[in-house]
Amino acid sequence: MSAVLNIKNLTMRFGGLTAVDSLDLSVSNLELIGLIGPNGAGKTTVFNMISGIYIPSEGEIIFDGNNINEDRAYEVSQKGIGRTFQNIRLFKDLTVLENVVLATHQHVQYSMVGSVLRTKGFKTEEKSLRSKALDLLKIFNLEDKKNLISKNLPYGDQRKLEIARALATDPKLLLLDEPAAGMNPKETKLLCNLIREVRDRFKIAILLIEHDMGLVMDVCERIYVLDYGKLIATGDPSQIQNNPKVIEAYLGTPGE
Amino acid sequence: MSENTLFLFYDFLQYLVNGLSQGSIYALIALGYTMVYGILKLINFAHGEFYMIGSFTGYFLIRSGMPIYFALPLAMLIPGLVAVVVELVAYRPIRHAGKIPALITALGVSFFFQFFGQGIIGADPKPYPSVFPNKTFDFAGAVSVTATQLIIMGSTIFLMFFLWWFVKFTKIGKAMRALSYSREASELMGIDTNKIISFTFFLGASLAGFAGVMVGAYYNSVEPMMGLIPGLKAFIAAVLGGIGIIPGAFLGGILLGVIENLVVGFWISTYRDVVAFAILILILLIKPTGLLGKKSKEKV
Amino acid sequence: MDYFIHLALICGIFIILSVSLNLINGFAGQFSLGHAGFWAIGAYTGAAYSVFFAPPLPGFINLFISCLIGGTFASLSGLIIGIPCLRLRGDYLAIATLGFGEIIRLIIVNLDVVGGPRGFTNIPKLSNIFWVYGWAFLTILFVANLMRGSHGRAIISIREDEIAAESLGINTFKYKLLAFVIGSGFAGVAGALFAHSEQFIHPHNFSFLWSVIILLMIILGGLGSISGAVVGAIILTLLPEMLRFMGETVAQWRMVIYSLLLIVLMLIKPTGIFGKHEIFGRRKKA
Repeated sequence: MSAVLNIKNLTMRFGGLTAVDSLDLSVSNLELIGLIGPNGAGKTTVFNMISGIYIPSEGEIIFDGNNINEDRAYEVSQKGIGRTFQNIRLFKDLTVLENVVLATHQHVQYSMVGSVLRTKGFKTEEKSLRSKALDLLKIFNLEDKKNLISKNLPYGDQRKLEIARALATDPKLLLLDEPAAGMNPKETKLLCNLIREVRDRFKIAILLIEHDMGLVMDVCERIYVLDYGKLIATGDPSQIQNNPKVIEAYLGTPGE
Repeated sequence: MSENTLFLFYDFLQYLVNGLSQGSIYALIALGYTMVYGILKLINFAHGEFYMIGSFTGYFLIRSGMPIYFALPLAMLIPGLVAVVVELVAYRPIRHAGKIPALITALGVSFFFQFFGQGIIGADPKPYPSVFPNKTFDFAGAVSVTATQLIIMGSTIFLMFFLWWFVKFTKIGKAMRALSYSREASELMGIDTNKIISFTFFLGASLAGFAGVMVGAYYNSVEPMMGLIPGLKAFIAAVLGGIGIIPGAFLGGILLGVIENLVVGFWISTYRDVVAFAILILILLIKPTGLLGKKSKEKV
Repeated sequence: MDYFIHLALICGIFIILSVSLNLINGFAGQFSLGHAGFWAIGAYTGAAYSVFFAPPLPGFINLFISCLIGGTFASLSGLIIGIPCLRLRGDYLAIATLGFGEIIRLIIVNLDVVGGPRGFTNIPKLSNIFWVYGWAFLTILFVANLMRGSHGRAIISIREDEIAAESLGINTFKYKLLAFVIGSGFAGVAGALFAHSEQFIHPHNFSFLWSVIILLMIILGGLGSISGAVVGAIILTLLPEMLRFMGETVAQWRMVIYSLLLIVLMLIKPTGIFGKHEIFGRRKKA
């Protein structure tokens, strides 16, 4: 399988601070990869570089064979990378359905003129956009909440909605930033199954940042561990769990 | 040097002097803008009106016979107090609401004072009583400077140094600087941010009031709408120098004053205001943090 | 009777202005304080056509052409001004657009060919109820239909959360610019209609004060609501007339009342009368 995402020597400096240091990382199609590490390790910064919010100081991000270092966020999305945010960036005052429908925009065929004149093509496509959005909501068990204002949803549902919305952009790679944050164990377990289902159904690759080790070890096939911006370990879950450097990064050296 | 070039040079010097004088006024008003923006990130559109209020306070007091050394401090005190009240009543309740609501409220306050003033005082310009001795100093027949101009420039320099000392060495000044970095952190450090904010408004408005009296003395006329254009110009000056940065207000004010007067002197005088706004646009596009400003990156 | 017709014409013109500004400030969330500048461009170019270039065609055709010219020049200006300005953040954008609005007005003052500081006179009276409200209706329909489609949703997403919108593949700059150009275009049409109603235009008519008045209309009505913009325009066109009935002195305090209204609205009901809702139809519900 050729790599969908190939990161080489990725480095991000903010003035004197090196947030990410010479990271190598690759994700192939259909893989479920985890990116973990203590708080402040630079994980979200990596996501921000991939998704076009920051331009890397050094290194390369190759997606589908193309260098996307300098691509703006909307270009990255149009090339096939979707993401969710650590702090949930739903359109809070819009409904659940509106959030997802909005995400279909980049693939809309009708022109502005068609929209203003309300042509037949426009109406047909609007219908299909809506039904596609509803289908997505069904998968995430949010269909009956479709008219609720999204800020009124329970936290766990908001996280699911953000994932559903990102999927509506038809991505090839999905970046999930702490999808289980704030979820109880039962919800987290359901999320594990949901993530796998999303990968299987949509045939995409998923790279996720997570602090919940249960989810990471359950869902991820390979894991990268960052500490202070540097890669300190990589491997499958059992290798990572027993890696002394990883244990040290999270818990400190014994006797401290 | 031919005679023509010499006269041209004298003209240039004259416009320069006028520009420094005008620029001092802009600088004084710009200071208030910049200090308030520094700690609240609010563009107080109504600031020009504090200048107007100060000017009119001086007008009424001096006309009723009060000597300048009483009238001037009062003309600084009154707008200061008005500013504190405005902040308390109009800005503080919506402080959390974001920059745009604050901007809208500031617009409302600005227009309120302009039109209220127009309503009770009347729109026509009033002749300002003579405040300073009517002396003019001639330098080798090249440049002439009036006593008023000298006083304006001199007091601006003095106030600039006073402000620099104040912000650097006094407790309140340090608190103001802390607030401009982070309001939350300042609160956590035990600083009474509301008091400091009120004080900043007071200080900025007093300086504007001072400028108002100076302008009345310089141009010998005042009217209720007088704050609008200088207010905008002072704002441009503050942005030019670097909004939120005190020396920036000084630099921006002087620069703007000089450039404007050179435009009047050597180009087309009716383009004076266009040039000012063009400078604003250019700075916003090229270096929005201003000449003395630093670029800062925001973390997502 | 003439008085009421004139009032109705002005009302219709302000409806176009408020609905068009609402597209920029309300839907796209981009704070423009220079709308009167585009109004001015439309008025002066439309009037210039009528006075200097118009062939002897029936009045309504010339008016139509004049509106197209005014609208086109205004939207071109919107493009030129929007491209640099829309990169700027919130309050800086407001100041920049204010600056451009003033620059436009000051340039007009210096253009003697269109009257300069004396104003532009002898513009033929071509505007009538039919055409003004025809254009108003068209503006409302255009904006409403645009907002009900995907492009309109993209515009709203900018207001809601720009970073999230970009992460969904929406080129936020392009859509900001789109809203700005369309909004300024309709303001230009309103300008042409205004010129051919008043028959005399002066840079005074297009000052920063007027940008603020139009802004007040949409804030009063509800930022982000077309119905709100319409209602706001109607209220603030009729209000000064009603004040005039209460006496000349009260009318003089019109602007004081407006400014207090602005302050009070921000303190008590910043969402305005309609908030983001509309009178007709469901609010883009499923």
